This record gives sequence, structure tokens and C-alpha cells, in this order.
Amino acid sequence: MAIPKVCGIETEYGILPRGTDPNPITASSLLINSYLAGALGRRVSDIGWDFVNEQPANDARGFFPDEVFAPEVEMHMVNAVLTNGARYYVDHAHPEISIPEVVHALDAVLWDRAAEEIVRSSMRHAQTVLPDGAELVIYKNNSDGKGNSYGCHENYLMDRAIPFARIIHQITPHFVTRQIFCGAGKVGCELPGRNFDEIPFQLSQRADFFEEEVGLETTLKRPIINTRDEPHCDPEKYRRLHVIVGDANMSEVATYLKVGTTAILLAMIEDDALGDEWRLAHPVSAIRAISHDPTLRTQVKMASGVTMSALEIQWGLLERAQKYGKSHGLAVVDETVGHDVLQRWEDTLNALESDPMSLAHQVDWVAKWRLVSGLAERHDLRPGDARLKAIDLQYHDLRPERCLATRVGLERLVDPEDVTAAMTNPPKTTRAYFRGRCLEKYPDEIVAANWDSLVFDIGSDPLRRVPMMEPLRGTADHVASVIDQSATATELLDRLGR
Amino acid sequence: MAERTQKSKQTSDRDATEAPADAPVTSETGEKLKAELDDLLDEIDEVLETNAEEFVKSYVQKGGQ
Repeated sequence: MAIPKVCGIETEYGILPRGTDPNPITASSLLINSYLAGALGRRVSDIGWDFVNEQPANDARGFFPDEVFAPEVEMHMVNAVLTNGARYYVDHAHPEISIPEVVHALDAVLWDRAAEEIVRSSMRHAQTVLPDGAELVIYKNNSDGKGNSYGCHENYLMDRAIPFARIIHQITPHFVTRQIFCGAGKVGCELPGRNFDEIPFQLSQRADFFEEEVGLETTLKRPIINTRDEPHCDPEKYRRLHVIVGDANMSEVATYLKVGTTAILLAMIEDDALGDEWRLAHPVSAIRAISHDPTLRTQVKMASGVTMSALEIQWGLLERAQKYGKSHGLAVVDETVGHDVLQRWEDTLNALESDPMSLAHQVDWVAKWRLVSGLAERHDLRPGDARLKAIDLQYHDLRPERCLATRVGLERLVDPEDVTAAMTNPPKTTRAYFRGRCLEKYPDEIVAANWDSLVFDIGSDPLRRVPMMEPLRGTADHVASVIDQSATATELLDRLGR
Repeated sequence: MAERTQKSKQTSDRDATEAPADAPVTSETGEKLKAELDDLLDEIDEVLETNAEEFVKSYVQKGGQ
């Protein structure tokens, strides 16, 4: 039976230091430290990240492949845990925020937007310590247009008992085709050996960077299905599907659909209700071919030998999901959110089929395409003109005075006041609540934190580790009153130990 | 069906930048969007980095995950 699709999003942001030290690691550290000190009044080293359970080299297929470049855990970089339950750190020369664990797509949107606002606030605070004329500019995108990519990953809780091969075969068609509504759009082509202007505009930031169907790497030879087996919770019961194939979205609707549709399909795989019907013959060439054709007409070859368009595959997945919603219900992705996602998914496919431009307020690649083609027409710009690439990059610029995405009228799904609250408050419905509340209330007594534990130092005793191996325990329902009643961490640990 | 007709017409046309101009803007929403676009482009012209070439060239990132 499907289990609740606890999920999260991790975004590596692009960073452009201007008029100051160009080193992106230095700049990322300065950015994060400015936020911690300026917005939170926290010293940098106050609460460290606890690396004890980080095993990014473990492979979900159950073996340790030779000659792969297993991701390294970088323990020396800035690494903070926030009171909203998120992790804010420097990863591979980029500032990165992993949002707290949430139970449905709408909450994923809320804390993803909160992360964006945390970055905006960080830019403002960094400005106060930088010399005149210098600034750190942050971009929520996934490529620099020169062949360098950085990720926006999703994570979904799954039942360990489900054969990994089934997950690989059945979710891949979605990962290859969902870009038609959650691609962030890109000017130019970054495939090695191809001319940049050969593809003037494509659906996805990331598609050019995928070279394998399945694998452990995340920084080179990127696979459509990433096999990193690092559950950050009870490894006997769960796996965390680490999805590296998505784009960072500026549109809330796009994030909502990206997470919402994927969560439903993963639940269906657990209930064996999806099937192998949409298995592709060549997923890697298909993901590129689909991205490279904004007319959405490209046909890709299925394992069965027939050809289908991305839209036809999406219609197939949607119809199966609608049936599943009726037969099984959607409680594991939240009943209300799940049915809303199904409705929007259908509306979006209809619009993509009849009039893609009508999605200029919902779908990032359409919104960007409209600007690019509009400006090209107005100024008679040819493919390769720097102004077209500038639009692409600046669409994701997080400075309010420069951001293009905030000017195109994107539909909002979450209230700005809720976004502000989510910058400091954790979700109430996952273990992130316990993490966030404890960090807020007992910052001096917590020496380390990570996804599945908190380590307290309450004085004379040895350090006390509180494990959080169940993502759905430690919610407000479970622990709010205990935390409310405990003035100190010692009292809290006493109450929890009873 | 208009959509299908256009599909066969453009299958061999790989030049994606041509497509926006050709894309059908038939619905009411489409018309409204088109009207908004001029105002929007005025604003974009104003906020777009002044030296686009220099900006695009300077935007270099280290590869990440």
C-alpha cells in the first residue's frame, strides 16, 4: 500500500559576485553568514550540521559501483539549520536551501517560496557588509548557458519494500515528459559538440545535462533516475527517492504541478497501479528531443515500438492517475491537494494542446518564451543576440528591481503573509516541526542537527542525541504541548524520556 | 481540428524561434495576453541589464549537482 508522500525540494542557486571577491564559495558563505547574523542575530558556528548519517555513496540498487564519482560530503563549509526546519548551506560553490519536509505539494510551494525570500533577505543583508558598488546577485536557475549546471532536486518518501527496478521503469516516462509543464525554459543549447544557437529556445534548463538513464552521480554523467540511497529516516522501512532531473521554477503553479503529479505517480507505483505502458525506448535522447521542441510535436519512440508525443504520454499518465484517484483515494498526497493537482494537470494539458501561450501566467517556459520571442520581434533580434540570453538569465534574478519572473503576472498559489511566516516557522505536519521549534526555543542547548536527529548539550551529562527516524513523528500534534511546557531543553528531554 | 492540422504542417520545422509567432492565439485569454505584452516589453526594455553582452559573458557558474 502506498505510504504518505512526505517530500521536499533542494535548490542550488546561481551566484554572481559583482565588484567584490569573485570566488563563489567565499561569496556563498558571505551570503549565508549575512543572513544568519543580520536577520537572525545568530553566530555562524552556533549550531552545526551533524554529518553522522550522511552516506551519499550508497546506491539504491544495493551495490557500490566502482569508478563512479561518489558525491563528497563537504563538512568544512557553512552549514546552518533554520527555525523553519530548512538547511541553508554552501554546496559545490553555490548557496543551497533544502526546504523542511512537507506532506503535500502546496506546502512544498510555500516553503520553496519562503526559501526564495530567505535568499532575497540574505542579499539585502550581504549588501550592508559589502563595499559600495559591490553586490551578490542570486539566480534561481540551473545553468549558466556555458555548459555548467546546478540542481533543483526533489525528494519523496517511499516504501523500502517496493522493488527499485519498478520505480525506475515506471517513473522515467514522467521525468522525461513532465518538462512540458514544469520546464523553466532556456535560450540556447548546451549539448557538448552542438552549436549554442542550434536550439534557439528549449523547454528545460536541465535536459541537455542528462547522459544516463540510471546512476549514482549528480555532478557529471547525470542520470534521469538517481540511485543515491540515503533515506535520512528508518532505512529498513523507507527510501528517499532523490530526483535530480527537474528545473528550479519561478512559477508557483509549475512547482505545484511538478511535485504534485510526481507524488501521485509514485504512490501509484507503490500500489502497482501505474504499469509499464509508457516505457520509452531511449529516455536520454527523448528527454533532449522533447526539450528542444517548444512546438511539442516531437514524437519519441516507445519500448513497444510505437511513437508518441510528450503530450500523449502525459495524457496517458493523467488518465491512469484519475482512475487511481477514484479507486484508491489520494490521502497519501492529501485528498484536497491531490484532486486539485489532477484538475490543474488536466487543464494544463488541454491548454498546452490548444493554445500554449494561454499558460503564460502558469508555466515558466511559456512565460519566458513570450518575453524572448516578443523582444526578438520588437527589436528584430536574431538567435545568438546577447539580449535574448540576458532575458533568460534575468528571468531568474532574485533582485526585486531586476527579476523578470515577478513582472510577467505569474499566478500565485500561496499568500505572501504565509510565505513570510514560513521563513521562520516550520510545517506543523512533519518532524520538521520538532526540529524547527527546538532550534527556535533552545538554540543554546543544541549543538548539532540534521534531518533525522538533534543533538543536545544540557551540561554535565554526555551529549544527548534525539533520533527522528519517522518523518511523520515530531509533528505539532505530537510535540507542540511538550515543547510549550518545557522552558529548558533539560525539561524537554525529561518529558520526552518519560 | 486546428491543432492537428498545424501539427502536420510544422513537424519538419525545427526552428523553434519561429514557432511563437506562428502559435495560434485564438482564445480570449490569448488576445488579452497579447495586449499585455506590449506594456510588459516596455518594462523589460527598461530593467534589462544595460550591457547584455557583458552581463551574459560574466555569468559563469561552477558546475553543481
